[in-house]
Amino acid sequence: MTSSALISFDRVGHSYRSNAGVLVPALADVSLDIAQGEFVALLGPSGCGKSTLLYLLGGFVPIRDGEIRVAGKPVTGPGRDRGVVFQSFALFPWKTVRQNVRYGLERMSLPRAEQEARTARLIDMVHLNGFEDHFPLQLSGGMRQRVAIARTLAVDPAILLMDEPFGALDAQTREIMHEELLAIMARRPMTTVFVTHDVREAVYLADRVAVMSARPGHIKEVVTIDLPGRTEPGVQKTAAFGAYVERLWGLVKNEAVQAAAGR
Amino acid sequence: MSRSATVVGAVKPKLDRPREKGTAVVNWLVRWFPLAILAITWEAAPRLGLVNPASLPPLSVVVAALGRLAMGGDLLANGLKSLFRLVCGLGLAILAGVPLGLTMAWFRPVRAVFGPLVRCLYPMPKSALIPVLLLWLGLGDLSKITLIFLGCLLPVLISTTNGVRGVEPAMIWSARSLGRSRLAALFGVALPAAMPDVLAGIRSALAMSFVLLVSSEYLMSRDGLGYLISFLGDGGAYDGMFAAVLVVSILGFAADRAFNAVSRRALAWRET
Repeated sequence: MTSSALISFDRVGHSYRSNAGVLVPALADVSLDIAQGEFVALLGPSGCGKSTLLYLLGGFVPIRDGEIRVAGKPVTGPGRDRGVVFQSFALFPWKTVRQNVRYGLERMSLPRAEQEARTARLIDMVHLNGFEDHFPLQLSGGMRQRVAIARTLAVDPAILLMDEPFGALDAQTREIMHEELLAIMARRPMTTVFVTHDVREAVYLADRVAVMSARPGHIKEVVTIDLPGRTEPGVQKTAAFGAYVERLWGLVKNEAVQAAAGR
Repeated sequence: MSRSATVVGAVKPKLDRPREKGTAVVNWLVRWFPLAILAITWEAAPRLGLVNPASLPPLSVVVAALGRLAMGGDLLANGLKSLFRLVCGLGLAILAGVPLGLTMAWFRPVRAVFGPLVRCLYPMPKSALIPVLLLWLGLGDLSKITLIFLGCLLPVLISTTNGVRGVEPAMIWSARSLGRSRLAALFGVALPAAMPDVLAGIRSALAMSFVLLVSSEYLMSRDGLGYLISFLGDGGAYDGMFAAVLVVSILGFAADRAFNAVSRRALAWRET
């Protein structure tokens, strides 16, 4: 465990009690260091515990086995340093777009004018100008996820946790959101942990991909993605991109087949 | 930025397009048509001798009796008495039921202690308590308010608990990672998110409160609309009795419509 890591998973395990009362191991012995500014994807089939790992890091689920450190301090609960974006958006549906984005700023002892200015800047960043007074249910899925991203980035977290954030969107919207996420990251780099089961998404977005396998979930292999000119159009058609996809798919495939068969 | 106009897949906000006048009138007629048929049947059936006018006086006779009750002051005095009991009983049930429901949803030990109790008491018909409450609390307001409170508490409490427990964890976690304490997330996020369920529970409690009000006044009271029904019926003044029944029905209907309108306004964010 190098001390320079911003996030350290140190032999993290997790079990849950099934309906029958049996302890089911969901994660076992997960160790991983993530450096400042790095974009790491957790890739694996459903049920491999990748979301659970993210929730442990978020401080939403108590850590009973092993330790997770952020900037050297053990995680004991949620905090503003770790912003989170969920697949289901998790917006506050009774609040407008503006109120959702401003929510995190309300408790930061900022002057009102500064709150408003920041809120407007973030709404502009995710291209939702003109929709400030809409309620989330009046928006499309892609727009809802933009609101969620703006709401999370408003409090300026050092770490961004994303739990299959684009999994509920249609294919075209997902492509657009990928490009926008990279554009946001280029303007405002953040250490990011990104949970996905989509191999192409992982290769396109991440600096490193941690491939997980199930029963109990653990990290099988960590693949560094070295794609020069990632933000250029057409990178997904290059041979290097294809090679990464093929290699990761090879690693994930067995797991996915087992997960699909062994319910 | 001018991007906003081209954002992919924006859902069009609902437009308030001016409805054509003709359609509105037709809709209104369609909506009230069944009631009109009922009123006409009520008037015609006793007059044509299809039913005995002594058991069902024609609507116009009932309305005339209603006028007499209103002029004599009986209606207002008993109506206010009943409304007072209803508002107290239901109000206390909401004031106690919502916080208790929240607490039960949020704290597992509280749920463990009160859950079985709630499950046992919920299906019990509260009207069975009428003689007990009469014995303990007498003929006055307290026995009715207590009965309505007991009958309305559990619907409010249970719907609040279910609503809060049904709130997506990710919504709470978002609030927590945006700097809110557990308690702030409970009141600021879980409660508003559960509001549709809470209001649905209060609505069914409102209907329940009318049932308990009238039945308890009917059986153990010296005033109130339920008493008026029983008094007039026992005295053979069936036109007056029907008038009092009509008033209770209209009050129940109006209360439900009013509550529904307030709910819809509070939950405007759900309408897309």
